[in-house]
Amino acid sequence: MKDGFRQAMAWLHTWVGLIFGWLLFAIFLTGTLSYFKDEITHWMQPEVQVHGVDDARSLAVAQAYLERQAPTAARWFITLPDSRDPGLSVMWQDKVDPGKRGNFIQKVLDPVSGQPVQVRESMGGEFFYRFHFQLQMPHPWGRWLSTFAAMVMFVALITGIITHKKIFKDFFTFRPRKGQRSWLDGHNAVGVLVLPFHLMITYSSLVIFMSMVMPAPIMASYGDDTRAFFSEVFPATDNAPALGQPGKLLPLGPMYAQARQQWAGGHVGRVAVNNPGDVNASVNVFRAGSDSVVHDFGSIVSFNGTTGEQVRVSGEPSLPAVIGGSFYGLHMGHFAGPVLRWLYFICGLAGTAMIGTGLVIWLGKRQLKHVKSGVMPFELKLVEVLNIASMSGLIIAIAAFFWANRLLPVSVAERSAWEVQVFFIAWGLSLLHAMLRRGRQGWVEQLGVGALLFVAVPLLNAITTSEHLGVSLARGDWAMAGFDLTCLGSGMFLAWAAWKMQRRAALPSKAEGVPSLKLKPEAH
Amino acid sequence: MKSKTSLPVSYRLAVTSRVLAAVVGGYLMASLASICLALWLPTSRADAVIVGMMSSFVFYLLAVLWCFACRTAGRAWLGVMAPCVLFATLAGVGWWVARP
Repeated sequence: MKDGFRQAMAWLHTWVGLIFGWLLFAIFLTGTLSYFKDEITHWMQPEVQVHGVDDARSLAVAQAYLERQAPTAARWFITLPDSRDPGLSVMWQDKVDPGKRGNFIQKVLDPVSGQPVQVRESMGGEFFYRFHFQLQMPHPWGRWLSTFAAMVMFVALITGIITHKKIFKDFFTFRPRKGQRSWLDGHNAVGVLVLPFHLMITYSSLVIFMSMVMPAPIMASYGDDTRAFFSEVFPATDNAPALGQPGKLLPLGPMYAQARQQWAGGHVGRVAVNNPGDVNASVNVFRAGSDSVVHDFGSIVSFNGTTGEQVRVSGEPSLPAVIGGSFYGLHMGHFAGPVLRWLYFICGLAGTAMIGTGLVIWLGKRQLKHVKSGVMPFELKLVEVLNIASMSGLIIAIAAFFWANRLLPVSVAERSAWEVQVFFIAWGLSLLHAMLRRGRQGWVEQLGVGALLFVAVPLLNAITTSEHLGVSLARGDWAMAGFDLTCLGSGMFLAWAAWKMQRRAALPSKAEGVPSLKLKPEAH
Repeated sequence: MKSKTSLPVSYRLAVTSRVLAAVVGGYLMASLASICLALWLPTSRADAVIVGMMSSFVFYLLAVLWCFACRTAGRAWLGVMAPCVLFATLAGVGWWVARP
């Protein structure tokens, strides 16, 4: 270990950053895309049309449909359309033996006709959202790994701040076209510029899964009865059990109206009905997350489904619950309007860039020592391959996911699973490519492919659907048009990056090698 | 950082020991600290648990930083285990007091 506190912290920053950098890059990039989850889903399911239908009508349509299709289900969920997600979505859970989870079936309804929309099977933006904390691993391993990665990110952030003590002085120092030095300046600049975002997003991700990863205090206070904790914190989930006698569910409309009155006009996010065909049916009306920054899990009005009587209104949350809810709300950003949502997106990209530049610096510094001999040790080759595959490879995989959405025939069995397969196949191929074509050539080719795939997305959309930019812009469908334009912009950025890399590769490494030898020792 | 191949085995073992102290010892210390908060905070039971869980990650962070900042691997373990003993004692007393 190095002498001195800051040196030790720099060592820690360097190594945890390297080992978890690739995973964190993927988590940050897919998490950033999740801020536009609904917009991505809208693009990936262009069949869902925007209707200006009021909530009461949507609710009646959904209830009629569920009473026809799923009268014996254990639970119904109705998610009302909002400005970001135009779909009226219903979901129900089959009745199964206690202790087991029944299957969930989800349909998107047309709020005018009351029939399911014939929509292509696709996970849409939900895929990125799920991937960024489940990592396509079996439950609960993905959540554990991503939360552990978040803890590593927390350590990397704090050690980074300690290492980089002259934050404000150095912040105004950016030395472009100086090779390694510029990468380090960039790393520091994006790190410091959105530091509050980084700290918030990292700590909140730990808080979101705290009852999973830190269950000790629950067990210490509640013993074996950990359920008691959850019903104390989330009282509204404590619903009456089914009695087994058939009952008639009242219309949901009046309960919806009563709940909104309760919240002084606040919005309803979704409505859950437990045991809908039973005399003991219960209705929980959940407040929309877009109503406030502080996410309040308890913001629920509960009704008896057969009498319409209001059973319970959740009380004011306590201060610790408000703090926890703020972490959750800030991380999710449900409350953010368009401007704030873009700000979230940009901050997320800055975080991704910070991780990416860190990985590039680690390798660049160590490669310099081997420039003269021209022979790279195995571990540096390995890091190089993983850098390329985890960054440009992931970008290609994301583009491939969008392409698969438009090119896979609608009738293919397991269609949405195939879209996900294509994502991982593309990622795997780029890993293979990175092993075969090392160094700058690998970067240039992969960035080039990514650029082509992204730039062509608006064209692909225009050929395969009737929602091209001319239509979506004229109609003011900003989610659809924004997706096309963002892909176009990303493609152009990738092309620029590929071009820069190509030019560098053409020049001998003179330009980047010499100044970086003056690296200060603190810059690990 | 010297090139990796020239590092002696003892150095590598020491680093491994520190990593274990940080990851395992740190988690233990954070868990015990959060139990103490959950049992001793004068708020409602559920709120005390929430505060305990929410702040546990700061304890974890401090343990990790300590494990890599101190001079030897032995000190790393000592610096993590000493607070563990303290928190465990406090938690034991708290549990005994709260016993019905």
